[in-house]
Amino acid sequence: MRGVAALVALLLAVPAFAVLPAEQLRDPALETRARAISAGIRCVVCQNQSIDDSDAPLAHDLRVIVRERLTAGATDSQAVQYLVDRYGSYVLLKPPLEPATMALWFAPLGFVGLGAVGVVLYLRRRVAGAAPPLSASDAAAADALLEDRI
Amino acid sequence: MMRALFAAPVALFAALIVFFAYGLTQDPSHIPSILIDKPLPRFDLPGLDAASPGFGSAAFGSPIARGEPKLLNVFASWCAACPQEHPMLGRIAAEGTPLFGLDWKDQPDAAKTWLAQLGNPYARIASDPGARTGIDLGVTGVPETFVVDGRGRVRYKQIGPITVDDWEKTLKPMLVRLRNEA
Amino acid sequence: MAGEIGHFALILALMLALTQSVVPMIGASRNDPALMAAGRAAATLQALFVLTAFAALAFAFVRTDFSLDVVAQHTHSTQPLIYRFAGTWGNHEGSMLLWVLILSVFGAAIALFGDNLRATFQARVLSIQGMIGTAFIVFLLFTSNPFARLSPAPIDGAELNPLLQDPGLVIHPPLLYLGYVGFSVAFAFAVAALIEGRVDAAWARWVRPWVLAAWTCLTAGIALGSFWAYYELGWGGWWFWDPVENASLMPWLMGTALLHSALVLERRGALVSWTILLGILTFSLSLIGTFLVRSGILTSVHSFAVDPRRGIFILAIIIGSTGAALALFAWRAPAMKSGALFSGVSREAGLTLNNLFLMAATAVVFLGTFYPVIMEAVSTDKISVGPPYYALTFVPIMAPLLVLVVFGPMLTWKRDALADVVARLRGPLIVTVIAFVAAVAVFGRTNVLAAAGMALAVWLVVGAGAVLIRRWRLGGGFVRSVRTTPTSTYGLVLAHAGLGVLVAGISAMTAWQSSKIVVMHPGQTLTIGREDVRLMSIREATGPNYEALIARFNFTRDGVTRPMTSERRFYPASRSQTTEAGIEKRVLGNIYVAVGEPDKTGGIVVRLYDHPLVGWIWGGAVLMALGGCASLADRRFRVGAAKAAAIPAGRLVPA
Repeated sequence: MRGVAALVALLLAVPAFAVLPAEQLRDPALETRARAISAGIRCVVCQNQSIDDSDAPLAHDLRVIVRERLTAGATDSQAVQYLVDRYGSYVLLKPPLEPATMALWFAPLGFVGLGAVGVVLYLRRRVAGAAPPLSASDAAAADALLEDRI
Repeated sequence: MMRALFAAPVALFAALIVFFAYGLTQDPSHIPSILIDKPLPRFDLPGLDAASPGFGSAAFGSPIARGEPKLLNVFASWCAACPQEHPMLGRIAAEGTPLFGLDWKDQPDAAKTWLAQLGNPYARIASDPGARTGIDLGVTGVPETFVVDGRGRVRYKQIGPITVDDWEKTLKPMLVRLRNEA
Repeated sequence: MAGEIGHFALILALMLALTQSVVPMIGASRNDPALMAAGRAAATLQALFVLTAFAALAFAFVRTDFSLDVVAQHTHSTQPLIYRFAGTWGNHEGSMLLWVLILSVFGAAIALFGDNLRATFQARVLSIQGMIGTAFIVFLLFTSNPFARLSPAPIDGAELNPLLQDPGLVIHPPLLYLGYVGFSVAFAFAVAALIEGRVDAAWARWVRPWVLAAWTCLTAGIALGSFWAYYELGWGGWWFWDPVENASLMPWLMGTALLHSALVLERRGALVSWTILLGILTFSLSLIGTFLVRSGILTSVHSFAVDPRRGIFILAIIIGSTGAALALFAWRAPAMKSGALFSGVSREAGLTLNNLFLMAATAVVFLGTFYPVIMEAVSTDKISVGPPYYALTFVPIMAPLLVLVVFGPMLTWKRDALADVVARLRGPLIVTVIAFVAAVAVFGRTNVLAAAGMALAVWLVVGAGAVLIRRWRLGGGFVRSVRTTPTSTYGLVLAHAGLGVLVAGISAMTAWQSSKIVVMHPGQTLTIGREDVRLMSIREATGPNYEALIARFNFTRDGVTRPMTSERRFYPASRSQTTEAGIEKRVLGNIYVAVGEPDKTGGIVVRLYDHPLVGWIWGGAVLMALGGCASLADRRFRVGAAKAAAIPAGRLVPA
């Protein structure tokens, strides 16, 4: 029995576990919002975790603050902004859309666009000359031969 | 035109290397303070016990009531790196710079014992067991130190213990500059 | 003693690597068989000496020889044997030595089993392998010496991080490195081809088995990493878009493109420059991944102890290899003749699009991973890029690609008609539409994306099956067709079907997982999904190097009850904690239970998760790896291309 108590004391002495039952709000709608917001906030003292997942004490503090803000009537974006005002945009797992991140958000479209242009240009140089279409039986025979060589 | 296309990969690569090389000189875990050049967030905290008064943001001056530049050092009795910094803080206080201490996420009694053991370099100490003021300041761990100018604006944040180099090369010259500011 | 032997062996290996870098290259340009043979000998010997060094390090780890610094920092006398052994690569220096070992073994393999290669080509490939090996052995010896001594030797070591004390550590890194380093062969092949100034179908046929082997290992390695994180980290996540995970995904995506591009090159002699570029880029991404993990440029769950000095060295290696290779590409590739013409609707065109999408996807992952680094050079604002970014950019690029995947094998070479392809895919199209409608009906209109994901999965699996069905129809009967179908066709079917299974798992997990987090006391029951979970008892226990709190549960579904445990472990040597989750594994999904802290009233925090189809994620990946194995097993690769006769430069060997 003393062993269990000692172990319990040991475990209690180390940082709290991610989203504790005690933190959860009683209003399920608010709690769902809190969980969703927490999942989008980075734990700044961890390595690549959200405050929803993290064990760190600071993550616990921030989770509690998000819930306090929501209970006080803040909207989702106001609650998030509260944290951004204190810790900067670094705290957002989804990078904000601002001048410095334009490249980040629009480059993917650019990649596909550029690539599509490149492919079209490439294909145009490669279009086969007009060859007479094969008869159905010839086409099937050709298919069979080609298939064999995959 | 086509030859240029073949050169594109190596050109992009060269640009990338420049960024990587620069990135090596930076510390990725270092998050710059968002409070730089902004007024210290409003707070008013009690001291460690009834005998000693705490302090609030008002103690750092305001645009109207100018004061002296001060250092706000965030510490805790459970902080492993703080004892490293403590002798440096003593020296800073002895050299005349006002040093205010914020006891963060800590029990006032534990802090009092800790200071009794290591010495108390602080002009005033505030107790923030709930860590709310710490969060308003964007504190992520201890120790951290803020340089606040005479008008109550945050001008610099030092993350981690203050070393001799940090003091001689960065903080001390900065404080001199701030004192001489109009 | 083991340290000295290992150190000495490594120095000898360095000299052999230097020899291997220089001698065969000279031998190839002079067409001197003796010098080229010396290159092969150097490669084989180098592998032997690196193996000796590695064995010495492993021996030191197993015997807890704390006079070696790296052993003292990463192992403990109470650590179980298997983790003392695997701890050899559970640290920066040892894992780098493993990297070099695999590099040298691949070099030896090229030397010993590359008889089907033209001798001069083989010599050049070995030379480039040797150069890479030299660079990394120098890196090891001068910045990351695994045999550095610690004097005086401590009585006991610091423990290996408990999260790493898991069977995953034994298999995951070696598999990953086989993948990363395996792509170095393709890199060497590409650079050798650029040096020689020609690429032909034979080149593509030579390179394919190496790329397949590396790709298969990397697929398995990434899947294993994901599975390991799932059961080890305690909250059931399987992919975090962590920089180091991205560092493994990028070579995988590029390697997939390389694999398919080489197919076109072999078959039709087209996509020459593109395939060479992919060969260079795939290994370069492996190198950049190494840089990422070991230089401290980004924080990550996976970071080894960071040291900017190492970062500078690796950056120098990258400049010397990737930079030089890309410069060579800019200079020589334009002159390399690419042959065949093909229509806008053809298998070649489809595979070209495949290249495009995969490269765009890789570029997106690259951008997201490195944008914070780029941004800190141009702005004072610091941002971070997390999973939401990739969901909005990576997924929309992959989705059209996954649709294309089914068209690819159904397109004929050179020219085809869109109407004909669609006609061939009538069956899969109908089944997919039905599946989509059914999914929307069953899961509701709020889940259209998830329904689309499931439909995409069906499309991929049925489409893969359609390849076989088409062969049966054309091949004159089921039995005959099964006999004559090349193994690599089964490989294709397995891989593409596996992709479908993977997509199903991802869709289900993204849309339909749920969780409950409560404090439970013994005797209480909680229901999640269709499972009733009853906490039976909370007890303490002691392991070889940890103390644990064990919670026993009874899982009941459909009247059948099964026991399940979850533990919270405390490792005194490193003062750290881990959670061992209890996972009820079913075909259609897992129920995942992880306990947290006990509270003062005798209860314990319990987190229960319902994870639908999560096993399909790794099952799909395993199928893909099996597909790779099947393709590798194809007799035609092992028999190999006939030794190429002397061909005048610039002429192609038509497929």
